[in-house]
Amino acid sequence: MARRPEHSAPPEIVSLFLKKLNIFYSLFTLQFYNDDEAKKYSTNTRIIEIQVEMAERALELLALPDDDESRLILDIGCGSGLSGSVLEDSDHMWVGIDISKSMLDIAVEREVAGDVILGDMGEGMPFKPGTFDGAISISALQWLCNADKSYHNPHKRLLKFFSTLFSCLTRTARAVFQFYPENSDQIEMVTAQAMKAGFYGGLVVDYPNSAKAKKYYLVLMTGGAAELPQGLGSPEEERRINYIKKRDACREARGKAPKKSRDWILAKKERRRRQGLETRPDTKYTARKRSGRF
Amino acid sequence: MKISTYNFLTSMAIKGVKVGYPLKLTINKKNVVECEFNPVFIEKLLPKLDWSAVYGAAQVAECEDIPQAQPDNIADNEALLQKLHHLLFEIDVLEGQLECPETGRVFPITDGIPNMLLNEDEV
Repeated sequence: MARRPEHSAPPEIVSLFLKKLNIFYSLFTLQFYNDDEAKKYSTNTRIIEIQVEMAERALELLALPDDDESRLILDIGCGSGLSGSVLEDSDHMWVGIDISKSMLDIAVEREVAGDVILGDMGEGMPFKPGTFDGAISISALQWLCNADKSYHNPHKRLLKFFSTLFSCLTRTARAVFQFYPENSDQIEMVTAQAMKAGFYGGLVVDYPNSAKAKKYYLVLMTGGAAELPQGLGSPEEERRINYIKKRDACREARGKAPKKSRDWILAKKERRRRQGLETRPDTKYTARKRSGRF
Repeated sequence: MKISTYNFLTSMAIKGVKVGYPLKLTINKKNVVECEFNPVFIEKLLPKLDWSAVYGAAQVAECEDIPQAQPDNIADNEALLQKLHHLLFEIDVLEGQLECPETGRVFPITDGIPNMLLNEDEV
């Protein structure tokens, strides 16, 4: 895993460094449709490609009704509007929010169709209730897990963010966050605060068996629990050991009880009685487990 | 910032603010950007809009002919839909400010980007 930018400085500072990358992007867009040209730019275009790919997947996970209608989508941590361009391509209206002025300036320069707002997600979403039909966020949520200022409390900021987001979404909306959790504690912290704010849903992991292609998507729903979509690249059937049950079923078919079960013990005692051996009588305590005190 | 986005913004995030809506809009510099007219989208957007804020913004943006009370059958009123489209999507506020109706806190709009960042004591 590459070095984590959220460890080096707060987002508004890091984005200054990213600005260089985005000036590069304006070059890139000119050549976007010329595949061979685009491939010449190795590392930077690769990052952009991944961003766009993740935005496309997030839009897919939003599961908007398939009726070709424009919808109003919120893009949290929109940056220079890369993910917004994906929304535009699908004819959706979008509003973006980001903490970095320099990134938003690039979005304005690029003349993206969506409106952008300077704001901190940890301070809450500044929108009136029931506004958006969905929300996406690409590589932004992990920033909230850090305390960049002395008065920052990640738990509180996450709860404030999720509860204000919950209110500004419609009641059938979803919010999809692609993010890079550092460890399982972070995943737990984020999902716990999201559930506290009233969301249903959970984590969808794409390509769980690949170190590089593995991607985490937090899929949150406002309107009651629904089945989570399947992650990409994961086997269809559950990879759980189920042969123990199978073995028991085989035994039963052969007419023998599983070993150490009550039936097995009763059968054994019956056999001994038939052989004339000394056997304790059958009681309600036969084959019962001892309590932990013994 | 477009007027449609203005219609969604609140200052609810400030500590102690209950509603924070509608924000008081001031326009110092604006731009008109033409874009495609999509009547179906506007109709779908209508229930989400607050008409008094739309009317207020129309006054500030010097877009006359927007009625003070929301008419009943907007869907059939092509002329009004056109005007709404112009007001909501074609006017781009470049410089100006938004003011919280409860606390009077001012959010500046520079280069078309409203700054909704709060200070430590306002969170």
